[in-house]
Amino acid sequence: MPDNLMASPPIADYYRLLPEILLTVFGIIVMILESLSKGKRTYLGIISLIGLAAAFAANLPGLVAEPGFAFHNMVSIDSYGIFFRAVVIGVGFLSILSSLSYLDREDSNAGGEFYALILFSVVGQCIMVTAADLIMVFIGLEISSIATYVLAGFLRDDRRNNEAALKYFLLGSFATAFFLYGTAWIFGSVTSTNLEAIRRWMPDNQTTSLSAIVAVAVAMIFVGLGFKVSVAPFQMWAPDVYQGAAAPATGFMSAGPKAAAFAVFFRLFLTAFLPLHDRWAWLVWGVALGTMLIGNLGALMQTNVKRMLGYSSIAHAGYVMVALAAASQVGVSAAMFYLASYAVMNIGAFAVIGYVASRNERFVKIEDLAGLGRRQPAVAALLSIFVFSLIGVPLTGGFVGKFYVFQAALNSHLVWLTILGLVNSAIAAYYYLKIIVAIYMREPDVPVMQLEAPPISLRLAMWVSAIGVLLLGIFPSTLLEFATSSAASLTK
Amino acid sequence: MDSFLSSVLSFNYLALALFIPLIGFFVVTACPRTSRLPFFYALVFTLGTFIAALRLIRPALAHPDLFTSQIDEPWMSGLKIRLHMGVDGISLWLILLTTFLMPIAVWATERMVRQRRKSFFAMLMLFEFGLIGVFSALDLVAFYVFWEIALVPMYLMVGGWGGSNAFKVSVKFFVYTMAGSVLMLGSILYLHSLTNSFDYVDIVKMMTGGQIQFTARDQLFIFFGLLAAFAVKAPIFPLHTWLPNTYAEAPMPATFLLAAVMSKMGTYGLLRFGITMAPAAAHRFAPWIAVCAIIGIVYGALLALVQPNIKRLIAYSSLSHISVIVLGIFAFNQQGADGAVYQMLAHGLSTGALFLLAGYLQSRRHSMEIADFGGVAALAPRLAAAFSIALFASIGLPSLCNFVGEFLLLQGAAIANFHWAIGAALGVILSAAYMLWMYQRTFMGKLNPAIEHFHDLDFRDWVPVVPLMILMVWLGCYSQTFMPSISAATNQLLDKTNMTNQYRVMELEREFRRLQVVNVAVEVAHAR
Repeated sequence: MPDNLMASPPIADYYRLLPEILLTVFGIIVMILESLSKGKRTYLGIISLIGLAAAFAANLPGLVAEPGFAFHNMVSIDSYGIFFRAVVIGVGFLSILSSLSYLDREDSNAGGEFYALILFSVVGQCIMVTAADLIMVFIGLEISSIATYVLAGFLRDDRRNNEAALKYFLLGSFATAFFLYGTAWIFGSVTSTNLEAIRRWMPDNQTTSLSAIVAVAVAMIFVGLGFKVSVAPFQMWAPDVYQGAAAPATGFMSAGPKAAAFAVFFRLFLTAFLPLHDRWAWLVWGVALGTMLIGNLGALMQTNVKRMLGYSSIAHAGYVMVALAAASQVGVSAAMFYLASYAVMNIGAFAVIGYVASRNERFVKIEDLAGLGRRQPAVAALLSIFVFSLIGVPLTGGFVGKFYVFQAALNSHLVWLTILGLVNSAIAAYYYLKIIVAIYMREPDVPVMQLEAPPISLRLAMWVSAIGVLLLGIFPSTLLEFATSSAASLTK
Repeated sequence: MDSFLSSVLSFNYLALALFIPLIGFFVVTACPRTSRLPFFYALVFTLGTFIAALRLIRPALAHPDLFTSQIDEPWMSGLKIRLHMGVDGISLWLILLTTFLMPIAVWATERMVRQRRKSFFAMLMLFEFGLIGVFSALDLVAFYVFWEIALVPMYLMVGGWGGSNAFKVSVKFFVYTMAGSVLMLGSILYLHSLTNSFDYVDIVKMMTGGQIQFTARDQLFIFFGLLAAFAVKAPIFPLHTWLPNTYAEAPMPATFLLAAVMSKMGTYGLLRFGITMAPAAAHRFAPWIAVCAIIGIVYGALLALVQPNIKRLIAYSSLSHISVIVLGIFAFNQQGADGAVYQMLAHGLSTGALFLLAGYLQSRRHSMEIADFGGVAALAPRLAAAFSIALFASIGLPSLCNFVGEFLLLQGAAIANFHWAIGAALGVILSAAYMLWMYQRTFMGKLNPAIEHFHDLDFRDWVPVVPLMILMVWLGCYSQTFMPSISAATNQLLDKTNMTNQYRVMELEREFRRLQVVNVAVEVAHAR
């Protein structure tokens, strides 16, 4: 360590961490106000939205702080981190926007904790994506995960919520333990947890016995992160949890924590562990293929929309793993774009599902969507945009993301993985189309309850997501260029 | 996007023809549901597109071997994807066919679709946008994008307005086509990883200039990826299994478009990209594909023979006819390629007309089973007459459109391999058998006692039929309007990829005789 660890960090470091600080402060404010307020809690959601918007602004490069390291190289506010910080803050924003009316409907006295938990979870994710040290990754992972466990079980009286939370908690903490154990082994061998230090250590010690220990440690970290992003064979929890948790919480879980964990994945494996590429390349190849297959084949037979989207999120994790298998700069930017567009379309889809589900989430089967095209034409049209984006039809963000991922894979000469991945995305079309079939081509068997028009906040969340999906699909250049330059800053 | 706008404003008629349907889509979507406005707007926008497309003729005929009316704008700059479109002698006529048939489809929708017409019109507009893009795209990714844009509205039309099983059938249709097209996407990406370009013109230039050479393995991947998409769409046996059900279950205007123009996406793709991007592999596997095509010809025809349902019968006959086109493309000679393009137009008109008239039958009798008809000609002589013209065109009667195309296709097949021509000729003979037999059972003989009254065609029914008839005769009697530009473009296509050259080296002594035959063919076509 070049600088004195006892010296207090310069003020600029705090500016660099301003988004996290703001989010924490707002989270605490929301918690305090929650305990003081009676009746409706919607205003707490608005406060949270303001906090997220402020954090988003503070994150914009050059507005408050210039990119750079902070706190003794513990965090690195590079454009890669800034990109993902923007993604996770945006995910938090859209999730709260789509949960305002949901919480109001389910339990009008709940809500304050929900918003605070999302804020804290986003704080953890922000730390994860900017961490330049394994310890910081761990801290961020824990902050994010613990908040998310609680979110999964937020509706205390709902049995499915409880099951989801318990499952998520047990398996998730098990995974975190793996991560921590791997970190300890690395510290034992390298005598540092700093990513740059690990990277510099690697080439000099390729032949020593320590390098084998580090390889095992990398495998354990792979397991830990693999759980978090739900790649095969660590995907078992995802469908159960996605089905059980409240729809807005599921939307949040499938987008934010996943994007953050993938950001860590790419940062670790393409900087610190890149010298070991020969050892993990085949592993990532196999995991990517297995994840796509399990996700898509599992989703084929689902009748519950949330569970199906749970499997679909496994499959999408597989596509991102293809980008990791490419292990190139193009792969990184492809994954960045993919995760951003996936976040938007998935949150949008879950916003619609949560709305159609009605009170206590009674209508979450695919056939419950029957006739939505006639009951609520606008909502149906938006849902079909999200679904076509999940399939990967052109003019949506999903297509550009997939296109970019497979381009990266082919540039790295992964021909067979590309072919199998593309075939997978055709299989996926089958189950996604069930949703389209239900909303446009089927009439409900039993007369279903008339759906009231969605409230303004929910409508806003849906429209913003849909417009985001289309913008990413039709004019992706701006984001692509930012992702490309960020990826360059990471892999330089 | 500024330069893009300026190119639209400077009257690039291709841009106009491409974007009028898209604007139409939004306008129709914004219309109130209950009024007749959607129909009115759909008609105006499709006719406007046709008029804009007519303006493409003059520049394209001046240089049919080059790409005219080009649009070339950056699109996704990070991925080096451009919106590069252009029209040559092949694209021109296919775009005209599309834009010509689309107002007819709109008219037929108003007559034949009972519910949610507004959304149907919106889907038609989106479909037209995709199709014009497919037939003019010169950037491979743009081609893929338009290819999929055309698929989505067609899927929704089949599933949303079709028969009782339509949703199952439409999902099969979508997944089948999607599986093919994602493999095409793989090929496109593979080409990019080798050439660092998505631009068709650039890649062809690099290939003919010798800057890049693909290994046998590369060719294999590229060719089969592209073939997967085109073979499903066309379709080529044994990837045709989605076709009969989809054609049968789709609402009539959708079937009309599926058969008349959507199947041409596959054959156009084969001709434009399939055989040019990986010529060596295309040559190597041509015999196998020819075998599949011949099986398709005979199999389609035999199944058409035994169909009890008129719609299914025309669907199988369409499979048979499309297979002849595929055979002509893989004959790799001038006659084959010319015949393929000509037959695409002719088949679009004749099969389109058949489905349209079958739609009139269906809307009068609410059935498509042949057994439910019989002796209809007595009650509806004009419908019978119109049907017979379309039917004879489809069989390939001289002086009607299919004759010229089929003649050239058979000739091309015979030059490539005489055995192929025997298979193809078998299909032509069988087509006369099943078509005439169906006509006999439907229109001739004793009146089916279950039919009490049967309206003949009235004025509004004639409106879409007459232009089709005129064009069928035009294509059959005066091929000179179309043939020189088609020939110039296909010649360029075959030449650029060295195929004709290779072919010449192999069969030099036949060259002179072949050129004579071309002249005879064109003369024969004129004489009719």
